[in-house]
Amino acid sequence: MSSRTLPLLFINLGGEMLYILDQRLRAQNIPADKAKKVMNDIITTMFNKKFLEELFKPQELYSKKALRTVFDRLAHASIMRLNQASMDKLYDLMTMAFKYQVLLCPRPKDILLVSFNHMDAIKDFVKDTPSILSQVDETYRQLIEMYTPLSSGEFQLIRQTLLIFFQDMHIRVSIFLKDKVQNSNGRFVLPTSGSVPHGTQVPGLIRIFSCTGEELTRQQFNNGGNYNAALREGSFEIFGDRVTKLGTNMYSVSRPVETHMSGTSKNSAQHTKVSAAPNPLAKEELNLLARLMGGLEVEKPGNTDSVSLHVIPDELSYGVINIQATKDQQANAELAKIMGEFTESGDQSPGASSKGDDLLAMMDGL
Amino acid sequence: MYHKEKSIQIKNSASALYNNLGVLRIAPRRLTYFTVVHANVVNMISASWDGLNYSHRQLQSKEPNVATSTSLIMQAAFCALPSRDLLVVTSQKGIQMYESDGSIMVYWHALDTPETPTEQAVFARGISAVWENYICVGVSSGAILVFDVPSKGSNITLSEVLEEHKESITDMASECSGSQECIANLVTADDEGNLCVWKSGEEFQLLNKIPGFDMSCSSVKLWKGTVVAGYGTGQIRLYEAVTGILHAEVNAHARWIYSLDIAPFSGLLLSAAEDSLVRVWHLTMTPETNSVEVAHLHNECVTDTQICGAKFCDGDGYAFAVTGYDLTDPLGPVGWEMEPLLTSCGYSIGLGSGTL
Repeated sequence: MSSRTLPLLFINLGGEMLYILDQRLRAQNIPADKAKKVMNDIITTMFNKKFLEELFKPQELYSKKALRTVFDRLAHASIMRLNQASMDKLYDLMTMAFKYQVLLCPRPKDILLVSFNHMDAIKDFVKDTPSILSQVDETYRQLIEMYTPLSSGEFQLIRQTLLIFFQDMHIRVSIFLKDKVQNSNGRFVLPTSGSVPHGTQVPGLIRIFSCTGEELTRQQFNNGGNYNAALREGSFEIFGDRVTKLGTNMYSVSRPVETHMSGTSKNSAQHTKVSAAPNPLAKEELNLLARLMGGLEVEKPGNTDSVSLHVIPDELSYGVINIQATKDQQANAELAKIMGEFTESGDQSPGASSKGDDLLAMMDGL
Repeated sequence: MYHKEKSIQIKNSASALYNNLGVLRIAPRRLTYFTVVHANVVNMISASWDGLNYSHRQLQSKEPNVATSTSLIMQAAFCALPSRDLLVVTSQKGIQMYESDGSIMVYWHALDTPETPTEQAVFARGISAVWENYICVGVSSGAILVFDVPSKGSNITLSEVLEEHKESITDMASECSGSQECIANLVTADDEGNLCVWKSGEEFQLLNKIPGFDMSCSSVKLWKGTVVAGYGTGQIRLYEAVTGILHAEVNAHARWIYSLDIAPFSGLLLSAAEDSLVRVWHLTMTPETNSVEVAHLHNECVTDTQICGAKFCDGDGYAFAVTGYDLTDPLGPVGWEMEPLLTSCGYSIGLGSGTL
C-alpha cells in the first residue's frame, strides 16, 4: 500500500526499543558510562546517514520477519548482547506499544506527532553528544520534508498499511493491562469519550439547509458517548509541544517491564501464528536494510566489558528483562570482525569475508 | 430497535480498509454472500437464511508473475447488474472479476505498476455497478476505469477511462441500475473530498463536480438524486447531486467514517466509523419543496473495535452486518453481528447462530 510507511515504522519501533533499554539499564543500576555507551551506539546506528537514505526510499513495508532481522542487528550494534528469548520479549513490547499508539491516534496525521515524541526523547538521550545530535536533527528535517506535505487521506493510507502489519497481534503487556488500556484478551480499549480529534466536531448536531444556503433547522441527537471539543493541534516543527502523550516514554516512572507468556499461545490455535524469529538458513531475509545495519562498524571498546540482556525465567513464568554486565571477549571479537562499510572512527576492519556469512555467523552466536 | 444476534465466524480478521464488507442477497436460493478483506485474501461466506448452512471460500489477490511480492487487496464488492452479478476485487496490482459465488475468475485487468516503487502508491479502489452493463473501478491516480460487461461470458472490455479526479479514488456509488431513468446515476469520491457526478453511456458525461475541503471522503452513496458522503472528520453531508446544493450536514462520528450504506426502499442510512459506533438514520426526501430531512434513529457500539464495514442485508434495512479491524473473541475470530429489526408485526429476517 503506502510506500512511505517504513521510516515511521522503524523510527517509532526504534524509539520504543530505546525507552525499554533505558529503563532496564537504570533499573539494573548499570554504570552510567556503560549505559550511555549502549544508548549512544544504538542511536548512532539507527541514524546512520547511508542507512537512513535507504530507509527513506519509497518501498513496500518489510515482512515481519525481515523487520525483526533489522532490529536484531540494531540491538547488537553496541556492546550489548541479547539471547533469542530476550530479543523476542523486547520485540513484542516494542511492537505492541507502537500498535497501541497507531490505533489510539485520533487522526492519522497524529502518527507524525507520535514519531516526533519519539524523536524528541531520542534527542534528549544524546543531547551531550554533538555528533549524534546532528544526525538526529537531520532526521527531523527528513521527516518534516517527507511527511508534512501529505494529505489526511495519504496519512490514513499509511495508518492502514501499519495496521495490516500489526494485524492479529494481541500480546498482552502488563504495563498496558495495569493501566487498563488493554483487555485481558489482548484487545486495546477504545474509549467512546474524551477529546475529539483536531478538525472534528463533537458528534450530535444535524443541520438542514435551504437551497440558498441558509440554515433552516438544527437538531441534536444522542451520540452514545462522552466527548469534548478537540485540544489544540500539536506542533509539526523540529521543536514544539506535540500535545499528544502517545509516543512519550511510558517507562519513565520506574515499573517492571513484563510481557505475559501464558495465554497468548493458547489462543493461537485458530490463528496462524507467524514467528518473527529470524531463520538463520534464510539468506534472503537479509534484505538491504539488514545488510546495512549489520555492516556498521562498531567502535572497538576500550575494555572488554559487554552488556548482556537476557531473560531470567522465574517461578511465576513472567519474563523479566534483565541486563547484566559480563566480561565476554568472544562476543566482542565477533562484533568487531564484521566488515565495516560505515566507519565512525575511521578504522578499517581487516579481512574481506563475505558479509552474508559474517552476519549468519553472528546470528548463530545468539 | 435492533438487537444483536450471534456472529458468523470468518477465517481471519478484517483489515482496516474503507467499506470492508460486501453483501449480496440471493433471494431465489434463500442465501446471502458476504465478503471481508484480510490483507491479500478475500474471505467469502455463503450463509443460508435459516442460519443452518455456512460455506466458506478464500480468494487470493492475483500476481502477474510469481517473483513479485504479495499484492494487498484494497476492496472487494459485489456488482449487481440486471443480467448478472459479479464480485470485483481490487488490489495493488489490478482488478479481478469473479462470478458472484467466487468460483471462477472471469476477467483480470492489470494496473500499470512501476518496476521500483514510487512515492505515490499504486492501487485500485472504489467499485460500482452502473446502469445495465457497466462496472466502474477507481484508481489511485484519480482515474476511473469503465468496463463494459456483457450479459454473460468473459468478454469484458475496458470501454473508457474518466480522468477528472486528481487524487486517489476512495469510493463510488450508483443508483437506478436498469429500471428507472435518472439524471445522474454515478457519484465518485476522492481523497481530497471532491465528488464527481456522472451520467453513464457510451461516453460517460460529467454532470457536476462538488469540491471537497481537503478532507478525504471515504464512503459515498447515491439515493434519489442525493449524494450522501462520509468524511474523515466524522461528518456526513448530503448534497443534491446535479446542482451540488448542500442539503444537510451532520456531525455524525467522533472519528474517521469508514462505511455508509442506504436501504433504498425505506431510506434508512447506516454509518460506521473508527469510533466504534454504528448509527442508523432515516432520510426523507420531499421533492415538492426540494428538501431533505435527516432523523437519527439508533446507535450500536461495537466495544473496543474500529469498524471498517457496515451494510444492510436487505433493501428495507431489516438487518445489518458489521466488520471491525482485528476482531477476535475468546472462541476465535469473530466476523460480525447480524441485527434484525423487529417491526410492529414482528417480522424479522436475521441470520441465526452458526459456527464452523
